[in-house]
Amino acid sequence: MKHTPTIVSLAGASVLALGLSACGSSGGTADHDRITADVVKASFQDRGIAKVDRLVQDDANRECAAADVARKPIDEKVAKAIEAAEMKTMKWPSDGKFIGDWKEGEKIAQSGRGLTWSDNEKTVNGGNCYNCHQISKEEISFGTLGPSLYNYGKLRGVTDPSAEASKAIVEYTWGKLWNSRAYNACSQMPRVGHKGILNEAQLKDVMALLLDPKSPVNR
Amino acid sequence: MKRKVVVLATLAVACAGGAQAQDATADGIAKYREMLQDGNPAELFEMKGEELWKQKRGPKNASLERCDLGKGPGVLEGAFVELPRYFKDTGRVMDMETRLIHCMETLQGFNGAEVMKTPFGRGEMANVTALATYVATQSKGMHFNLPQNTAQEKTMYEVGKRLFFMRGGPHDFSCASCHGEEGKRIRLQDLPNLTKNPGDGVGFAAWPAYRVSNAQMWGMQLRLNDCYRQQRFPEPKFGSDATIALGVYMGVNAKGAESIVPAIKR
Repeated sequence: MKHTPTIVSLAGASVLALGLSACGSSGGTADHDRITADVVKASFQDRGIAKVDRLVQDDANRECAAADVARKPIDEKVAKAIEAAEMKTMKWPSDGKFIGDWKEGEKIAQSGRGLTWSDNEKTVNGGNCYNCHQISKEEISFGTLGPSLYNYGKLRGVTDPSAEASKAIVEYTWGKLWNSRAYNACSQMPRVGHKGILNEAQLKDVMALLLDPKSPVNR
Repeated sequence: MKRKVVVLATLAVACAGGAQAQDATADGIAKYREMLQDGNPAELFEMKGEELWKQKRGPKNASLERCDLGKGPGVLEGAFVELPRYFKDTGRVMDMETRLIHCMETLQGFNGAEVMKTPFGRGEMANVTALATYVATQSKGMHFNLPQNTAQEKTMYEVGKRLFFMRGGPHDFSCASCHGEEGKRIRLQDLPNLTKNPGDGVGFAAWPAYRVSNAQMWGMQLRLNDCYRQQRFPEPKFGSDATIALGVYMGVNAKGAESIVPAIKR
């Protein structure tokens, strides 16, 4: 039995052959982008709930990644267009209430569960918040990829989240949670509401964690 | 075995400690490494790998001693710190694990495709990990110096860079979400910046490694597989060009970093 060709074809030699013919002549960015797309197509497989359709790039992700590859900030006009498009995805609380239970919010912020191929449809998604942010002072195991959210409401002068004076910051916070990219085109923060990571009730609980004066975040 | 349990308990205490938890954890791991200097569990895998390397096995009843890992048949020293690299005989860029499977196929007569489909830690895949640990250890203390001499290697670097920054999945994560900046962490876990040389024995230069938390030996293929799981991406196929390209990108960036294999990780 001749096994060698099996490995070669299986592992995508055709992709590399494409690359070679293209790179022999120019080897430019467009060629590399095309070869990468072919490599992505050949390299990933569905596993559990994580299907290959997750690799489909929307405009926002494509533009932000291209800027990263080029090692330069995203073009300002492109960024504005992304933010405008993302803003259109915004959904506000169906009953007009923004604030839930901070105790539940703390649990959601702690949980990093959900949406991996080792989770299933029944897994209750967490917010992954502490992975990247300091939030309450009591939890010392926090990440630093995002800014500290300790005293989030207090620092912004929120003494009563339902007061008219708090409206702007309450809405901004909801918006940032729903779709962070509406405010910052290439923000690394997941589009928590828009992508269905947390549902409306869970988002309200996280809002309470950040904005309720009784929450440990603001005490 | 007993020693491992004791040390794990030490680590657990370190992790639960107060405001200095991060330092305590790092100290705990440093102490653990020290205690294991004469008995790193990874050495068991290394020994198993050495046996597998020399043993006549497979349908052809042959050893792997003539396997060419890039520096000529049977040359182990320095091979690992130059992988992934381009191999003329297959016409592709290969990493250590895919090259080992290629040798198992051509020299020993194993079915490479079958081996690549075997789950991590099982059957011949467990043997590949042991072999990788053995081969890598023959370059212990050497510095990464991946070749970028061929068009294929250069293309794979460019592809790897694009994969590194590719955002996707429900969380919009890319490799760079966690590994694109210095001095960041997830919870208390320090994150190496893999867009440059993050230092000796850090990032790409820290694998294959024995993982204390689950008592498993992990090669780069499993390391990448689990990164993609946490990234909420679909699964990268074992030995796929995406995994090889990322290896080239991280390995070339890590030029000069000392390999501390076999390493111990949390």
